[in-house]
Amino acid sequence: SSVQTIGEEQIQNPYTELLVLKGHQDIVRFLVQIDDCRFASAGDDGIVFLWNAQTGEKLFELHGHTQKITAIAPFSSSDVSEEKIHLIITASADRTVIVWDCISGRQVQKVSCFHSTVKCLTVLQRLDVWLSGGSDLCVWNQKLDLLCKTSHLTDAGISALVELPKNCVAAAVGKELVIFRLSASNSGSEGWNVLEVKRLVDHQDNILSLVSVNDLTFVTGSHVGELIVWDALDWTKQAPECNFWDSSLHPDVQPEIKLSQSPNETSVQHLTSDEECVFAAVGKGIYVYNLQMKRVIACQRTAHDSSVLHIEKLPNRQLISCSEDGSVRIWELREKQQLPAETVPTGFFNMWGFGRANKQANQAAKKMQENTPMYFLELVGDLIGHSSAVQMFLYFGELGLATCSADHLIILWKDGERESSLRSLTLFQKLAQNGDLQLRL
Amino acid sequence: MISAPDVVAFTREEELEDDLYREPPLPEEYSVPLFPFAGHGANPWAKVAGSKFTRDFILISEFSEQVGPQPLLTIPDDAKVSGTFDLNYFSLRIMSVDYQASFVGHPPGSAYPKLNFVEDSKVVLGDSKEGAFAYVHHLTLYDLEARGFVRPFCMAYISADEHKIMQQFQELSAEFSKASECLKTGNRKAFANELEKKLKDLDYTRTVLHNETEVQKKANDKGYYTTQAIEKANELASVEKSIIEHQDLLRQIRSYPYRKLKESEFHPYEPEGALDRADPGCDQHPAPSGPAEPGEMHLYTHIPSYTPKLIKAKSTKCFDKKLKTLEELCDVYFFTQTLDQLHHIERTFRGDVCYLLTEQISRALLKQQCVTNFLFEDMSFLDEKPPEKQYRGCQGLDQDAMDGKGLEESLAPKVVISLGSYKSSVECVPIKMEQEMEDSEEPKMSESVTSEPQENLDYLDADIKGSISSGESIEVLGTEKSGLTKSESQASLPVMPSPQAGRSKVGSRRTVSEDSIEVLSTCPSESLIPEDFKASYPSAINEEPYADNDDERGLRFAPRLSPGVADEQDDVLKQESLVQVDAACCIGKESPSFLEPLPELEQKPCEEDGVVRIPPQPSRPAEQGLCGGFPSHDGVPGGLLPYELDPRHLSGSREVSKSSLDECSDSTSYISSAASTCSDRTPSPAHRACQAGDRHRKRAGQNALRFIRQYPFAHPAIYSLLSGRTLVVLGEDETMVKKLVTALSIFVPNCGVYAKPVKHWVTSPLHLVDFQKWKLIGLQRTVSPAGVNVLHALSRYSRYLSILDADSKTLRCPLYRGTVVARLADHRTQIKRGTTYYMHVQSILTQLCSKAFLFTFCHHLHLPISEREPQESVASRRMNFLKLQLGLANEDVKIVQYLAELLKLHYIQEPGQGGNPLLRFDYVPSFLYKI
Repeated sequence: SSVQTIGEEQIQNPYTELLVLKGHQDIVRFLVQIDDCRFASAGDDGIVFLWNAQTGEKLFELHGHTQKITAIAPFSSSDVSEEKIHLIITASADRTVIVWDCISGRQVQKVSCFHSTVKCLTVLQRLDVWLSGGSDLCVWNQKLDLLCKTSHLTDAGISALVELPKNCVAAAVGKELVIFRLSASNSGSEGWNVLEVKRLVDHQDNILSLVSVNDLTFVTGSHVGELIVWDALDWTKQAPECNFWDSSLHPDVQPEIKLSQSPNETSVQHLTSDEECVFAAVGKGIYVYNLQMKRVIACQRTAHDSSVLHIEKLPNRQLISCSEDGSVRIWELREKQQLPAETVPTGFFNMWGFGRANKQANQAAKKMQENTPMYFLELVGDLIGHSSAVQMFLYFGELGLATCSADHLIILWKDGERESSLRSLTLFQKLAQNGDLQLRL
Repeated sequence: MISAPDVVAFTREEELEDDLYREPPLPEEYSVPLFPFAGHGANPWAKVAGSKFTRDFILISEFSEQVGPQPLLTIPDDAKVSGTFDLNYFSLRIMSVDYQASFVGHPPGSAYPKLNFVEDSKVVLGDSKEGAFAYVHHLTLYDLEARGFVRPFCMAYISADEHKIMQQFQELSAEFSKASECLKTGNRKAFANELEKKLKDLDYTRTVLHNETEVQKKANDKGYYTTQAIEKANELASVEKSIIEHQDLLRQIRSYPYRKLKESEFHPYEPEGALDRADPGCDQHPAPSGPAEPGEMHLYTHIPSYTPKLIKAKSTKCFDKKLKTLEELCDVYFFTQTLDQLHHIERTFRGDVCYLLTEQISRALLKQQCVTNFLFEDMSFLDEKPPEKQYRGCQGLDQDAMDGKGLEESLAPKVVISLGSYKSSVECVPIKMEQEMEDSEEPKMSESVTSEPQENLDYLDADIKGSISSGESIEVLGTEKSGLTKSESQASLPVMPSPQAGRSKVGSRRTVSEDSIEVLSTCPSESLIPEDFKASYPSAINEEPYADNDDERGLRFAPRLSPGVADEQDDVLKQESLVQVDAACCIGKESPSFLEPLPELEQKPCEEDGVVRIPPQPSRPAEQGLCGGFPSHDGVPGGLLPYELDPRHLSGSREVSKSSLDECSDSTSYISSAASTCSDRTPSPAHRACQAGDRHRKRAGQNALRFIRQYPFAHPAIYSLLSGRTLVVLGEDETMVKKLVTALSIFVPNCGVYAKPVKHWVTSPLHLVDFQKWKLIGLQRTVSPAGVNVLHALSRYSRYLSILDADSKTLRCPLYRGTVVARLADHRTQIKRGTTYYMHVQSILTQLCSKAFLFTFCHHLHLPISEREPQESVASRRMNFLKLQLGLANEDVKIVQYLAELLKLHYIQEPGQGGNPLLRFDYVPSFLYKI
């Protein structure tokens, strides 16, 4: 089916103002939130930028890496004086890891004893340690002391890490999922040991995404479109494996054809979840898997023109996805019985052939199969600004949405109405401050 | 000096009227006054006076000691300009009203010739025979070979429009003063050079003579002197005397108080580090100026190596020698600068006086609109430093008028001329001006004077003669007032302590005036000569720099103290009495405090209650003579209008001004029926910087007019621009696209104080960043693969764009159903001219701006009135305001909202940071319009 499109009239799309943040000289791949109004961006140029999410002001430009940045993680901890300190850890292809102080914008420490590129970083707030995953798994404390490390795992290395209960960590190593456990060593107070506990080999292909749903569950997705829900405590499959190319899901697609599908079209690029559902970016599509019902309840098989790279669930039943096609789309998960009422009226002028025809979302919705879930994803808006793949985005709630892209730009999308009233507020504050409100006599 | 009375100028209108009423053959009720000068040209406004020249020009003349008054050059240097106008005759006229006190040569009781540091005089002259009115600026240049070392020159701005001269007097005076200063600076430099050469010659001659005498002495052993020897000795003595004289002259010219010119471009050799330089001149002639005028010294030190010549004792006959040309008299550089300045003056004052006035008014008003004016105004136009006296026209309009600097500036003269009634017998026209406060100069001057060592006084007292007029006051000398003696006027000098005493105390002397010379004035900068420079010479007239002259002959200085400064009046009066004593005793020195400016005096503008002034009108009815009697001097008769708009000025000075009005009103019955007829066929802009801008406006206006007539979908296109949606003009032909872009650019609001967000021609694919930066883009359409990318980008970002396809004549943009644009761009408009249409557009845009201003700065429209008020009710109140109060329909709301956002951003933005350009947009459907 063709890609769902939405016309230029997007009533529910709040983002009517944008700020282009320039600074990067190469693909921007990562955005991480530091606190309520700041975020960091990093990418292939090896530079880390700190931005103010409200004003778009560039706060710091952090230079230190000589090659592209492969992983970034925020690390906030309390120091002796109980003050919250915001750090970010960045790993780069130059085989270094740098810890930056977000307040001063300075490099706190740099580690360069790695044998291979660190591909993922994860912070275990609970234990006040952080892990780096490359060809081996290293455990570090806040002061960047190496606490312990595993032996060399594979050349491919760890592609994803997720924290599990009971001091366990799940690492995606190729097709395998390896569970490690951290235990306090007997010798030193600061010492930790890391032990491989279990190896899970249920996936047919490389595990691309790994997400923890809650204390009891975590989910993995693979390159061929397998999604497995695991029990976080005993690492068993909680639900039968769900394959997005299951013929029951796609009766119109024959199994033979499945084989001819490009693996890219079925790979699980990114996973996110809320308490009820797991949202999977699979190829060009988006799938919603309900944990309770243990099935896919809604899907949009071609949500974008190209692979969906990142997906995020918003609190208000909305879902945002970004894709290689350079667009960001906002979806809303709606119940099916609303469907007839939701038919968007065709624009009056469309009958006269003015402008581009507004292809309404309902066209796609009509083609729902009888065994389709009772929910569906409605396209409520799209954001077009980047000229190249949108790598990632960061949802800042009221402050808006930051997107980063291969066109070297970061765009801050903002609610125009809110910004306008904020500006009015500032205006009157400044007027009062300048004393311009008084009548000059 | 002054030739036959010429009163015709002021009775001309009456005569004309008589003619008109006599001539029409039709019964009176059908009669239409015929245009009396139809023969001169179709344009009735071109020239009523029947002048013999086609447009205003500047004439430089000199009073040559050999041939008398002669014209030197005109600006523009075009024979067509002056036409049949008799330049020789007019030179005679203008040179004959030289009020400079040009005393020359040896003053009695002085051993050496004194140089006169003569002040420029400024005169307005009318010549009805030639149909010419002129602002005449006299100045004196030094020439070693000239009689008394001086060469009188004058520069005249000649126009057929008397009102232009009168109303622009201040501006003209300021501009010509600059030119004059420049010329004189160059002349002093050249003169000093000349003197030094002469001194070297003399020195050499003396050596030669001395040697000869010695030789003779040796050869002569008879014990008595031969006639030859005596002759030689006499010659030597005269040479030595000459050397002393010339050294003295050199000292004098160097001691000339160095005045810092306002126009720094006139002084590229500005005095930095000049003192450090070894100055050969200083060594030769010890103790001349010292620290007072390093710049001048510096100027005079660039002397090329010079081989001295032997000088014959006898000087050449007066008529044998060729007098130096003006160019030779000044340094070439300064001469060129002066010519540039004069050309600038010519350009500035070209055109109808209405143009000049409205330009000045609108500029002043726009300056006041500092919150909104950035939107549609050319900022370079506003930033440009206005002509010297500009702020005076609408002083107090300036935002800073209330803070410190502004206060001082608002002390500066406000000028009120009251034109007296001109009957057949000439009455005087009392014209009142207050002296300009030269606050920047005065401290420097006084300092330099007080630091002057005592021994320098003997040459510092070189006569600085005031022109014989009263300092800053413009006076009219009528025939019946002729024959005033010097003593009379001197007696009248300190008669009444005026509250403005601190300002200008002027020793004035009337000379016999039987002509229609109307206005005399001295150069403001020149009148600030410190007392030390003043004449101890008995017949010299002291120019008291800071006191007003108040005499009965039409000069009235109404006490216009604002109540707030009343207590300072005492001080002023004390000062005044001090001044009087000084003046009376003619004491050469005076207390430094006297020289200090008295900035406390606040002058409130003269204003009349509730009288709304109307900018210049061709004729004013007689009963409005009262109003007409007060054309404020810098040419803003409506100049009072701003005060009435400005509530600050409505308080305080009302009564005072009223009294001053009453005072003057009895003499104001002058009716100027043909007042604003202009001397220039070609209406042209007033200001230098606007020349280019004006041409642009004209072209843009014309193109826009063509656009709205040609394209039925002009409205949505203009709406796009006004609402901040980038409009892309797509086309293959660059000139066509650029023309469209130029046409549409007048509708583009500025996003900041920088250049308009208009990009005339782009060939590469557009990107999102471009829409932030540019609101109007000309884009090349090509068939090449690159062109495909261009089109792809267009379709990708179509939601941010309106696209005007110049080739297929289509427009793709959102719908517009408002009313504002319909008024802005009515395709049936009767407007024909580009500039007119441009002004029409400006006026409607200004209306929009004011709406946006109201909307932006209404507190309750954006913030809740009470704490608990929900946002929704604020939003609905906002909408209601836009729709009901501002009367905006549909999409017009969006225009005002967009302008309001721009205003907010502009106001919020900190001066230092540029601020991130943000892009606002709407998710609205676009439609395709076709012709």
